[in-house]
This record gives sequence, C-alpha cells and structure tokens, in this order.
Amino acid sequence: MKKKLTLATLWLDGCSGCHMSLVDVDERLIDVAGIYDIVFSPLVDVKEFPEKVDVTLLEGAISTDEDVEMVKRVRRSTKTLIAFGDCAVTSNVPSMRNHFKVEDVFKRGYLETTPGNTIIPDERIPKLLEKAYPVHHFVHVDVFLQGCPPSADNIFYTLVEIAEGRTPELSKRARFG
Amino acid sequence: MTPEDFKKIGDTHRKKREAFPYVINVCTAAACVSLQSEKVKDELTSQVKEQGKKDVCRVSGTGCLGLCASGPLVTVNNEQALYGGVKPEDASDIVKNIEKKPIKRLEIPADMPFFARQTKIALEHCGKTDPEVIGDYLAMEGYEALYNCLTTMEPVEVIDMMVKSGLRGRGGGGYPVGLKWSTVHKAVGAKKYVICNADEGDPGAFMDRSMLESDPHSIIEGMAIAGYAVGASHGYVYIRGEYPLAIKRLKAAIRQAERQGFLGKNICETPFSFDIEIRLGAGAFVCGEETALIASIEGRRGTPRPRPPYPAQFGLWGHPTLINNVETFANISPIVRKGADYYASIGTERSKGTKVFALAGSIVNTGLIEVPMGITLRDIVFDIGGGILGGRKFKAVQTGGPSGGCIPDEYLDMKVDYESLAQVGSIMGSGGMIVMDETSCMVDVAKYFMDFCQSESCGKCAPCRVGTAQMYNLLNMISQGKATMHDMELLEELCDVVKNTSLCGLGQTAANPVLSTIRFFRDEYLAHINDKKCPAGVCTIEHKEVAVS
Amino acid sequence: MSSTVKIKTLTIDDRQVGAREDQTILEVARENGIKIPTLCYLKGLSPYGGCRMCIVEVAGSNKLLPSCMTAVEEGMVVSTQTEKIKKYRKSLLELYFSERNHVCSVCATNGYCELQSMAQKVEMTHVHFPYMYPHLEVDATHERFVLDHNRCIACTRCVRVCDEIEGAHTLDIKDRGINVRIITDLDQPWGESDTCTQCGKCVHVCPTGALIERGKSVGEMSKRKQLLPYLTKMREAHK
Repeated sequence: MKKKLTLATLWLDGCSGCHMSLVDVDERLIDVAGIYDIVFSPLVDVKEFPEKVDVTLLEGAISTDEDVEMVKRVRRSTKTLIAFGDCAVTSNVPSMRNHFKVEDVFKRGYLETTPGNTIIPDERIPKLLEKAYPVHHFVHVDVFLQGCPPSADNIFYTLVEIAEGRTPELSKRARFG
Repeated sequence: MTPEDFKKIGDTHRKKREAFPYVINVCTAAACVSLQSEKVKDELTSQVKEQGKKDVCRVSGTGCLGLCASGPLVTVNNEQALYGGVKPEDASDIVKNIEKKPIKRLEIPADMPFFARQTKIALEHCGKTDPEVIGDYLAMEGYEALYNCLTTMEPVEVIDMMVKSGLRGRGGGGYPVGLKWSTVHKAVGAKKYVICNADEGDPGAFMDRSMLESDPHSIIEGMAIAGYAVGASHGYVYIRGEYPLAIKRLKAAIRQAERQGFLGKNICETPFSFDIEIRLGAGAFVCGEETALIASIEGRRGTPRPRPPYPAQFGLWGHPTLINNVETFANISPIVRKGADYYASIGTERSKGTKVFALAGSIVNTGLIEVPMGITLRDIVFDIGGGILGGRKFKAVQTGGPSGGCIPDEYLDMKVDYESLAQVGSIMGSGGMIVMDETSCMVDVAKYFMDFCQSESCGKCAPCRVGTAQMYNLLNMISQGKATMHDMELLEELCDVVKNTSLCGLGQTAANPVLSTIRFFRDEYLAHINDKKCPAGVCTIEHKEVAVS
Repeated sequence: MSSTVKIKTLTIDDRQVGAREDQTILEVARENGIKIPTLCYLKGLSPYGGCRMCIVEVAGSNKLLPSCMTAVEEGMVVSTQTEKIKKYRKSLLELYFSERNHVCSVCATNGYCELQSMAQKVEMTHVHFPYMYPHLEVDATHERFVLDHNRCIACTRCVRVCDEIEGAHTLDIKDRGINVRIITDLDQPWGESDTCTQCGKCVHVCPTGALIERGKSVGEMSKRKQLLPYLTKMREAHK
C-alpha cells in the first residue's frame, strides 16, 4: 500500500460553503480517506497547523492581519497549496466591502444594522485589512480551484490528480460562480 | 491671372515693406505675448511717433523668433540686431538708436549657435513676417508655389516632387508624404478631403502652435497644394481649442486668402477650387489619432477605429482623405519653390530635410528650433540649447512625448533621425524635446507620462483602458517605495500586453516611457523597490526609520 | 449579394477557405467552424473592434489585427490560436476581471455570462493583476431593467443595439479611460429617460450581468441570444 498523503483544510474569510461541498463528495470520502490523512481542518480537533503538510485546501479570502500570518504559515508548511473556491481565488463576496472604508464597514455591520448596540469591537478581534484579498496576493498558489462553491466532482478530481502526481487541469472543468 | 499679374502682387507688397529704411519687429507669438510683448510693441509704436520717425521706421508684430527663454524678443532693421528681455521702458532707447549701433545691454549675439546652427525651411518666415498681414507673406514669395503648381504642373508632378524630396510625415509616424499623397490621389471617390492635424497634445510640445501663430499662410498654401495634388476641394484644420491665438490668426489668414483669391472658387483663375474650414478640438489627446480626429470632425465621439482601412481609402464621411500635420504642410511650399533636390540634399539617408523641435525642460535656451536631420542630440542640447540649466549634470532627453522614450547620455552622439531614435526605444514624434538633469527621477517621469496616458485613454479598448491604469498604479507604488520585485515583473508584463494588443497608437506606444526608463535607468527602479530610496530625491518614500540602539 | 462580388481564397489555421471580398476574417472563420473568441462583436450590430479578444496574426503584418474588422484578402495567411495570441487573450481577460467588481457568485447572470464562460475558453484560472475594486453605482430607477456598472465591460453592444436596431439612442457612453460609463439620455437616471422605449434589447445583447431585468435573482437572468439574429433576419426579409 502506498504511503498516505497528509491533507489540511483551512477556512478563512469564507462562508464554509466550500467545506460543505467537500463533504458533498459523499461516498467518495472513503476513497479520499484512503489516500489522505486529514491532519488539520475545521472538521478535526487539532489546534496547531502541522510543520509539514502535503496538500492544503484553503477556503476564503484574506481579510485580517491574522489571516495574513496564517496564510504565510500555511505556505511555509505546505507542498501543494490549493486556493479552494472563489473567495480564495478571486476574493469574491468578501471583496464587496473593498470599495468602502473599513470604518464605514464597521459602522454598518455593528451599529446601523444592530439596533441598541453602541460598541465596535477593537483589539479583541483580528484587525481588518483595508481590503479583502485573494490568497495569491500574499503567497504563491499551486492550484486554483474555482467555484462558489467548487463542485464536489472537481474537488474529488483535484485531490485524486494531486495524489497521482499530476497537475489538475481545472480551467475547462471549473468556472467562477 | 497671368504670371505678370501674379508677380505684380508680390512686387507691390515688397515695395510697401521696403518703403521704410528702418524696421522694428516685435515677436507676438504666445510665449512672448505672455511676457507682455504686445505692450512693448505699443510703446515702440508711440515712441516712433513721439520721436518723429513715423515716416522712416515701421513697427510690426512678427512670428516666433525661437529663443523663447529670452523673450520678449525684438529685432531691428531686418535682423541686424536681436534684443531679448525687452521691457516697455526700453522702447525709447531702441527707437533712439535705430539708425545707430545696436544697444549692447539688450543685444543677443546673432552668431550664437542657437541661431547659427539652424536651417530654417518650415520656419522660414517665422520672425520675418507679420502673421496677421497677408501682404508680408506675399512679399516673401507667398503663394508663388501654389500659383506655379496650378499653372505649370500636373497633380502627379506635384506628388512626384514630394516623393523625390523624401519628406516624411512630421506628426510623428514618419510615413512618406509622397506615398500618402499618391494613395489618396489614386483612391476612387466622388469627393476627397485634406485635413491638417493641429491637435498638438504632447506635453512640452509647441511646434504646431508656434507655426500657426507665426506663419498661418504657409499652412494654408501647403494644404491647397495638397488639395490640388490629391484632387480634393475641401480642407479642414483640426486645431485644439486651447490655442486661441493660433485659431484667431488662422481664421484671419483664411479670410485674407479667400479675399485675395488663394482659397475659394477658381483659385488664381484656374479650374481648381479649394476651401478650408476650422474645427476646434475639445482637448482630448486621442483626437490627434487620425481616425479619432475624423470621428470628431464628423460630430461623433472622438474614439479611434482599427486600421485598415486607412483614411486614404476610407476617411472623412467615408471619402478618401489626406491627413498631414502642421509641420508637414509648412514644408510643402518651400519644397515646391526650392525644388525637391534641395530638400533631399539636407538630412540623412532615410530622413530628409529638417525637423522642428520644441526645446523644453532643464535647458538654457528654451524655445523653438529647426535643425537638419542627422544632427546629434549633443549638438542640440549643448550647442544650440546652451546646455543644462544651473550647470547641473545632464541625465536624459525625452523625445516623442507620451509615446516616446528617455535617451541617456551614452546616446548623445547619436544622429537624430526616425530610425536611430526608434532603435533606442524612443520615437521622433512631433518634435517635443524635454531635457532632464540629475534632479529628475526617472520613475517619476515614467509615472507622469503613464498618468497622462491613462487619463487620456479613450476607454474603447480594454488593454489601454485598464492596462494603463494598472501600470500607473504600479508606478505609483514603486515611487512610494511600496512595491516589490513582483510588481516590477507585472509592470513589464503589462507593457508588453498593452503595446501589442491596444487598438490605436495611444495604447500601442503608451508603454514606451516606461520601457525606455527601465532599459536605461533600471537601477533607479531597483533603488525605489529594494532600498526604498529615490536617488534623485524627488519621490516621497514612506519609509520607517530603523531604530539604532 | 450582387453578382459582381469577388471571391477570395485565404488560409486560416492551415485550412484553405473561400470568402466573399466583403467579409471579415471573423465571419469566414466562423462559417468554417474555426472558433475565435469575441466579447464586443455581435452579429447584427456594427463592428466595434474594442474588446481585442478576436485578435489574430496575419503573415506579413507585425501587428495583431482584430478579426472582426479586418477584411479578407487574397492569399492571406491567418493564425487564430498561436501561443502568443492565447497568452494575450488570457491577459486581456484578466484585465477585464480586474477592472470592475465581477462577483460571479452573486450575479443574476451567473451561468449565462459571456465573460464568465470566456474565462473557461481562454483557460484563465485566476487574475494575477491587482484587482482595482472601484466604487460603482447601480441604476435601479427603471421599472423593468437594472444597469449595474460593477459588471459592465464597456463593450457598447447595448449602445449599438439601442441606436442601430431600436433607433432610440437612449444609451450612450460618457467620459474617458478607466472612467467610461454607460449612460442613459443625458446622464439621467434610467427611470427618468424620455427616450427609452422599454424594448429590452439592450438587456438581451449584454454579455454580462450589467443589464438585467428587474427582480431576477442569482442565476435567473438568461439572455435571449436569438433575439438579435431573428430581428435582423426578419428585417432583411421585409426589405
């Protein structure tokens, strides 16, 4: 039997829809489990990102200073980094705040739409960047897996191709949106 | 009109001019006007009256004398002496000394290289005639070339003359004039048009403005000859609205020419008819591109369209159209009068004749010059131009405006012609020449021109619309010390995309200032990126001081 | 077609093809099943030459030419799929995506958008130029249609169909460069337009979600692609 690869999945500024789609691989999850050991994920209870990971699925845009640190940390430890879904590839919906000032976004989010609330949280939460960025704005990305969310088929295909040592050809299969 | 009749017109005006033994000419082109040369002229006129010299001394306005840096300029007695920096209070002295030796304190030596090294063909009348008086032009063999073409030459002979002269389009592209005329001549069309492109828009360029302000009749005559050669009976001058003085003088000149029968029906009593209308541009740089210019004249949004078909086949309202720029038309009547061989004897193998340049920037003798093709940049900058202001060190000379490039000192001995300028990543362009010294930052220069291109892009094609804006943003980041080497790679990639995929010349050449500064001044880019420093000290770098303990 | 029209032969992607002299490279290529991507071109409207996606290489020319506006010539040798062209098309499309806020996942035209499918055609997996994230308005003042500048690629199909086919000329374009915008009448809100006939042709020729019908949600706004060819055909028949 071939040695299993390690797989990490990460959820930054996204809606978790991509992870849902990963679960939608359905019975093929058993095949995935045959190829990969999931070593870090919102789905498993591990606190520290491992030192060495073969493949990382990274969902979500990069929106906070903590995201930036995390994505750099992940890049250092990962052999094949996959921008997982449109938020990671294009910054997608999180980027819809990008043409507003951060303070206006806070005002809208915490004050105007929350009657009675008078507090904008400060140092207790990660600092919002001026804009939400796609992952490749900060680190090199090996594979871009488009879709909002990417289809289960494309996720499965991608994971299998990488495990087989091939480069997934996603441009014709996957699309934005 | 017999040749004798025509000769008589010239003679009459010559006699009128020669009736005064003493003449004072005051430059009334825009640069000197902005330094109050009109007041100087008024004061001179009243001094002539006061000192009782009304019958012997004539005061008249004249076109550009070239040395704008020393304006207001005044010449006395047919350029026996040239005075610079003249103030209204100098008028009395000038008139007093009119019969005597020139006044030392005002005199600019006429043998200085700025004047001695020029060869004036397109600018032959500039500074010698009053642009507002057709008689002055007629006294200087004006409209003789048109008369001779109409009465003694076939259109193909005129075209042949242009071919032999080797004249190339002076708007920047350098397309052979004879070939263009011949294409329009051969094109089949019920109607044909001649357009003069006076939508001069390069930053630092003022050749066309000066020529129109100084010698409008030579442009009119050139256009009429072109109309005869290609078979057009209607011409347009597309001139930018920001040139009020040039417009005023051109309008007056057209009226005078019409009255004298050099425009209109049956010119010089021949079957040839030609009239000229003026169209004002509203300031869009892209309207200097010929297809956008045509769209603008037609009353549509001034955006270019892909060529071919070229205007020579499908131009104004779909008719074959000849478009040349102001300087090209200014060369036509001299070529007809002096002969194609004379013109072709000046210049280099592939670039014949002379070229007008507007010297600007960090140079002592700012102004307008006309030099033979093949002169070196060093001669232009250091000899004619008098070197760098304040004794600073030369860094680069920018030619061709936003479509051109920056040429460093190692190419100063290069001969100026269309081919050699292209070889070093610049272009001849329309004649703007901006000299820069060590206090100029080349990243900042590239940023300036990219800002110009992105705000002047018409927005029709994506590479120019988005690409120039992206490049500007990247240059901005570099100049602020916020960029990485990755941004530099993106910038170079965008240069290639925008250059090769844009619709018109604006986009296709927009990258040139960046490409040439990267080519010759890469170190400066790297200093901004890696060391977060602007070597020339121009850019404001947001850098954090590292605390030393 | 008059009987005097001449026939030219040329080569497109190593194939010999015949064409009428009044045809463009793009028309001949499409007749012969050779695919050239386009965004601003639409059969039935005057060609525009602005999107640059249809650029091809023609032997003997040092410039890339827009096939939608380049007439065929005898003996012409055209290449539509060289590595160089493919690279440029991809870069051009990336520039389009970087220019405005094309968020496919929340677009009424998701799944029917020509910009979206173009990304697949030119194998664009991501945009490596910086996104510009401009602040743009949505004009939802019209009772039937919505104009969303965030999703406009300034191809002017809407402007041309409104002028050339409907004859209303409600839509036009203002400003320059990166600031070009589609406008209605004299830059008034669409809902206040005196000239709009509410025909909806602009919506159906729009390649993206910039023009949609009011009330359509994500992925609901399919466009009637046959509308324009049908209209053109019927008009020809009744000439």
